[in-house]
Amino acid sequence: MSSETGKFGEYGGQYVPEALMPAIEELEDAYERYVLNNEDGFMDDFRERLADFGGRPTPLQHAKRLSDRYDCDVYLKREDLLHGGAHKLNNALGQVLLAKYMGKERIIAETGAGQHGTATAMACAHLGMPCEVYMGRRDINRQRPNVFRMRLNGAEVNPVTVGRGTLKEAISETMRDWATNVEDTHYVIGSVVGPHPFPAMVRDFQRVISEEAREQIREKAGQLPDSVVTCAGGGSNTMGVFAEFVDDEDVGLYAVEAGGSSLEVNEEEGVAPNSATLSTGTEGVLHGSRTRVLQDRDGQIMESHSVSAGLDYAGVGPELADLTDRGRVTAVNVDDDRALEGFHRLSQLEGVIPALESAHAVAYVEAHHDELGDVVLLNVSGRGDKDLETVLEETHNRDIENAPDIDTFAATGGFQ
Amino acid sequence: MSRISAAFEDGPAFIPYLAAGDPNYEASLSYVEALERGGADVIELGLPFSEPIAEGPTIQSAIVRSLEGGMTPTRFFEFVEDLDVDVPLVCMTYYNLIYQFGDDEERGPEAFVRRAAEVGIDGFVVPDLPAEEADPLREACDAHDCELIFIVAPTTKGERLERIMSQVSGYVYVQARLGTTGARTDLSDQTDASLERIAEWDVPKAVGFGISSGDHAQRVIEAGADGVIVGSALVDIVAQGVERGDPPVTVANRLESKARELKEGALRGAPSDEQPHPERT
Repeated sequence: MSSETGKFGEYGGQYVPEALMPAIEELEDAYERYVLNNEDGFMDDFRERLADFGGRPTPLQHAKRLSDRYDCDVYLKREDLLHGGAHKLNNALGQVLLAKYMGKERIIAETGAGQHGTATAMACAHLGMPCEVYMGRRDINRQRPNVFRMRLNGAEVNPVTVGRGTLKEAISETMRDWATNVEDTHYVIGSVVGPHPFPAMVRDFQRVISEEAREQIREKAGQLPDSVVTCAGGGSNTMGVFAEFVDDEDVGLYAVEAGGSSLEVNEEEGVAPNSATLSTGTEGVLHGSRTRVLQDRDGQIMESHSVSAGLDYAGVGPELADLTDRGRVTAVNVDDDRALEGFHRLSQLEGVIPALESAHAVAYVEAHHDELGDVVLLNVSGRGDKDLETVLEETHNRDIENAPDIDTFAATGGFQ
Repeated sequence: MSRISAAFEDGPAFIPYLAAGDPNYEASLSYVEALERGGADVIELGLPFSEPIAEGPTIQSAIVRSLEGGMTPTRFFEFVEDLDVDVPLVCMTYYNLIYQFGDDEERGPEAFVRRAAEVGIDGFVVPDLPAEEADPLREACDAHDCELIFIVAPTTKGERLERIMSQVSGYVYVQARLGTTGARTDLSDQTDASLERIAEWDVPKAVGFGISSGDHAQRVIEAGADGVIVGSALVDIVAQGVERGDPPVTVANRLESKARELKEGALRGAPSDEQPHPERT
């Protein structure tokens, strides 16, 4: 490795097939030159596009009704208002632009909830790059609007049918494509996972969230937040909103994971009915880096679960794993039912329909606002339009206390 | 001289691969033994991992069958103990299984390699472990007289070649083409270029990825390789057996005759004493 930056404590590294190593080294070089040193004005170009095409800066909204309910000041960082409806564009645009500067001719990506695939497809259309997105068949079924959006932007969507057909399988499949076409293709990894330099590079593209939020909250609240609360799957919005606060030791950083239906695991079946990797995972090597993963005692990776496709992943970013080990980040979790409550809470009290991912963070604030201090920064990582079908169905099947009555809707053919 | 080095002493080596436990423990034992009867000089045994990122669809399916049949690292070592073969064995697996192996007192490469050496494994290929991350496994291999085999890809050039050369032992696995494992019907000119780049290396060169017939094997040896590695073409035979419901003995016979075809092809490619092959002088 050409630099020490590939490791976060014991985590990180580069565990990939030899065929990919030269591409990883090339990317490392490009990351240092263009992203860290702004060669050829790359970062200026990136920021200008984030503003004009992406709609940055996103607002920091004082959430009056939530604040009244919790008796503290809650500020929403509105990444749901970024073009495409989620924070994912920050990274996708950064990487597709970087690939262009590197002279690559083709983009591939994987996607879970479809937000990263959508963002990559949009960035590719914007920059005139051919794009193929791998997506698990199960995720295709539960995130159809995003599949259609990708196609509208000209991307090919390749269904992945192996395993359970979710993000973990899609990542493996995309790595295979990359190993075959590595010479002209860039793989836009969608989170702060994978081999170095991806975890650091994706964090740096997402860092804009906390750069803005830090300034905005100082202006609006006259102080830094007492706590920053956000959801954590792979960890890209998490690291994005934490990055500029890591050195502010007085700011509590809360990564809210998907507790799914239970934190217990079924070793026999190789299934974890949650995606709470920081809370319950163990150290291992997955998809190119050493990090925390959901695995059985032999090291076989478990199938994870979350009502939210975007959190449904058995790994997590190595930097987040290290920050959690060091006690700088507090890893917590919220189960599927509470997440649905959070979804309805934010929708009803603020008129903001959050992604099911973000709803986990809302639910944590709902249950723990007493411990979070007077000023809480809550990251709304994305909007919930993509989740409407899932939410209607899940709300109908469960007893969600604060859900609107949708039985009439259901009875009149709302569910096909 | 190690058992693996010795396997390259008498002309070109034929190195077949099968996923251990595919499609079940008993049948798989007989399949591996059939490969030896067909002329295998070294056998690569896959220890299946749930996320095989370097494998194509054929071997990926084999891995799924093996895992569904209950294969685990512990079971794998029992499998090796139960095998009745006399050729050197190489364990091919992914790093997380090595990293996790052991119990609460000791986990990791040392525990894994110690156990592997105990049951008669002679070397390792770990496709997701580049030379940069390999020190802990290298040390364990040195301590237990095992070989650590590295892959050289068509994209491997310059400094990376040097780094791998300083680490590799047993043989170097020359990846014939970019991509994942899988049988092909043609051979890549990437193979020639890759072999040329490492011509001076003082370690046997075995070419794998895409070799499926005796003619392929012959051409690879003619191009200057010391051995051929064949996986998917053999795994295909196992898969067909599963699909058609053939009895294991039938499948074992097919594997043996395919192995013989590949071994004979490799031998045909070797330069004879009377007519030294121009490309090898």
